[in-house]
Amino acid sequence: MITRFLLQKMDRRGGIFLAILLGLAVLVPLSNLLLPASSPFHVPTSTMSLWGKYLCYALLAVSLDLVWGYCGILSLGHGAFFALGGYAMGMYLMRQIGSRGVYGNPILPDFMVFLNWQELPWYWYGFSSFPFAMLMVLAVPGLLAFVFGWFAFRSRVTGVYLSIITQALTYALLLAFFRNDMGFGGNNGLTDFKDILGFNIQAQATRAALFSLTCVMLAVGFLIARGIVVSKLGKVVIAIRDAESRTRFLGYRVDRFKLFVFTVSACMAGVAGALYVPQVGIINPSEFAPANSIETVIWVAVGGRGTLVGAALGAVVVNWAKTVFTSGFMAPYWLFALGGLFVVVTLFLPKGILGTAEALWARRRKPGTTPAAEPAPAE
Amino acid sequence: MNAPVPGALTSSLLYLDGVSVSFDGFKAIRGLSLTIEPGEMRAIIGPNGAGKTTMMDIITGKTKPDVGTVMFGGSVDLTKLDEAAIANLGIGRKFQKPTVFDFHTIEDNILLALKSKRTVGRTLFWKTEEPQQKRIDDILGIVKLADKRDRLAGSLSHGQKQWLEIGMLLAQDPKLLLVDEPAAGMTDGETAQTAVLLKEIARDHSVIVVEHDMGFIRELGVKVTVLHEGSVLAEGPLDQVSANERVVEVYLGR
Repeated sequence: MITRFLLQKMDRRGGIFLAILLGLAVLVPLSNLLLPASSPFHVPTSTMSLWGKYLCYALLAVSLDLVWGYCGILSLGHGAFFALGGYAMGMYLMRQIGSRGVYGNPILPDFMVFLNWQELPWYWYGFSSFPFAMLMVLAVPGLLAFVFGWFAFRSRVTGVYLSIITQALTYALLLAFFRNDMGFGGNNGLTDFKDILGFNIQAQATRAALFSLTCVMLAVGFLIARGIVVSKLGKVVIAIRDAESRTRFLGYRVDRFKLFVFTVSACMAGVAGALYVPQVGIINPSEFAPANSIETVIWVAVGGRGTLVGAALGAVVVNWAKTVFTSGFMAPYWLFALGGLFVVVTLFLPKGILGTAEALWARRRKPGTTPAAEPAPAE
Repeated sequence: MNAPVPGALTSSLLYLDGVSVSFDGFKAIRGLSLTIEPGEMRAIIGPNGAGKTTMMDIITGKTKPDVGTVMFGGSVDLTKLDEAAIANLGIGRKFQKPTVFDFHTIEDNILLALKSKRTVGRTLFWKTEEPQQKRIDDILGIVKLADKRDRLAGSLSHGQKQWLEIGMLLAQDPKLLLVDEPAAGMTDGETAQTAVLLKEIARDHSVIVVEHDMGFIRELGVKVTVLHEGSVLAEGPLDQVSANERVVEVYLGR
């Protein structure tokens, strides 16, 4: 039943996307591990990790597209859910260090020893267990989204007001996590990880496995999001986006539907964060920075809002461009380029890269017919 | 048609008594009383600002009255419920400006309105069964949109959107339909067809129609209530009401 739910009404676009992810999940690690470095098809470990990072961002973008593109909830605080998932993973990785830390304390992470803490705070309990930590990766962002959404959606906070309070949420968390006495490593965050599930986190094979897992989780996240948006619930959610009070007069409890997609989306963002942390090797409060959440919105807009695949594409394209532009003589101009990109996309490609490309493709194949409009109206 | 509910306070389907509501000191509705019997079709007319739309807002739970009684089916107090709960009780509403879901196909618009459990779980794992599909097909036939079922609702003309919205009301299968200016912006031909459609619907539903178009109301041939400054000015057959001096003064005379 779950398979049927995930694969219902699979279209060509989704099929291609899944095939590419599957291909990457298998071929990139194989090439990295088996081919000699001299081979033109060899993918260096650094490149693989970099692309693993892009794919984590892609999963974050898919989760944002689910709430923004389909439900019209412009969350400017999705980075908070990503960071919380990342911290949950980071706490597990910290506990794995054990007595190999600088201070050699078998229980307390280095930063706690440094702060003269005598015992582990209660909220660190359980994080030495991988299954528990993975549960928290889902539960912490999910619970925060549920409680936040419960109050916001029931009070019918919508539009720009909701965007502003999501932004405030992530900013408040940024300030909180900066504080040393919160017990999350303060300014420095969590780092110096040693191993994950007993495997050395720096080892090439571990990194390859993490890359594969990221591809798979992006595919799973995409399938879940797609399953939701093509179901009748997805139709209700789109109806809420386009005519909220009409939907209410049809007898749908709008707040519950919003709460559902918002919570699912937050869990998905948490998973993205959890995959991100072992690949970049650090999680610190800057991940909560409001600018990160806003950048995520730009990825989705650039790729194509309300398409899911477009969101993932946008995340990869913009981040790849960021890597290219921020290294070399263009570095000082990156933020201008990013801002310019957003303006250009909003003005000239309102359906994003994917929407525009598909419209062109459809027009070439069937001259004279207009392509079926993608549900992505202006906010 | 509908047997009175045990414990019912009144046999009326809808019962408004002494309802008042004001916005920033402006009394939009003052002491409004109105009853609709099961199976009845009622036309409501009145000049702009008479409180017609506010009355609909009160019945559907969008606006809470300051004082007064609003009872549905004899025993349900509508002032205590929200929009979704009232819709699920069986009160459907068509808005003055046609409001359909532009980015859904016509068929999906009907599907969303179709009477069913509105919970998150049910909609997530929804599968349209045969009788439901048949009902959708029937409704598409009634509102004459069957050949356009796969088109986006946003591509419809104004008149067709009005019809689609009436179709959505039918799909909800409400006990009471509130229809706000169904003929607004329609051609004469469409207006006549809409009157026929509404009369057909009224055969097994109670209907309240708010309308400005006198010709349209004449075609419906039902009891008329005239609202003025938030309360009932006159009530009765159209000929009798339009002969009333006060009505002529405030409304028809203008």
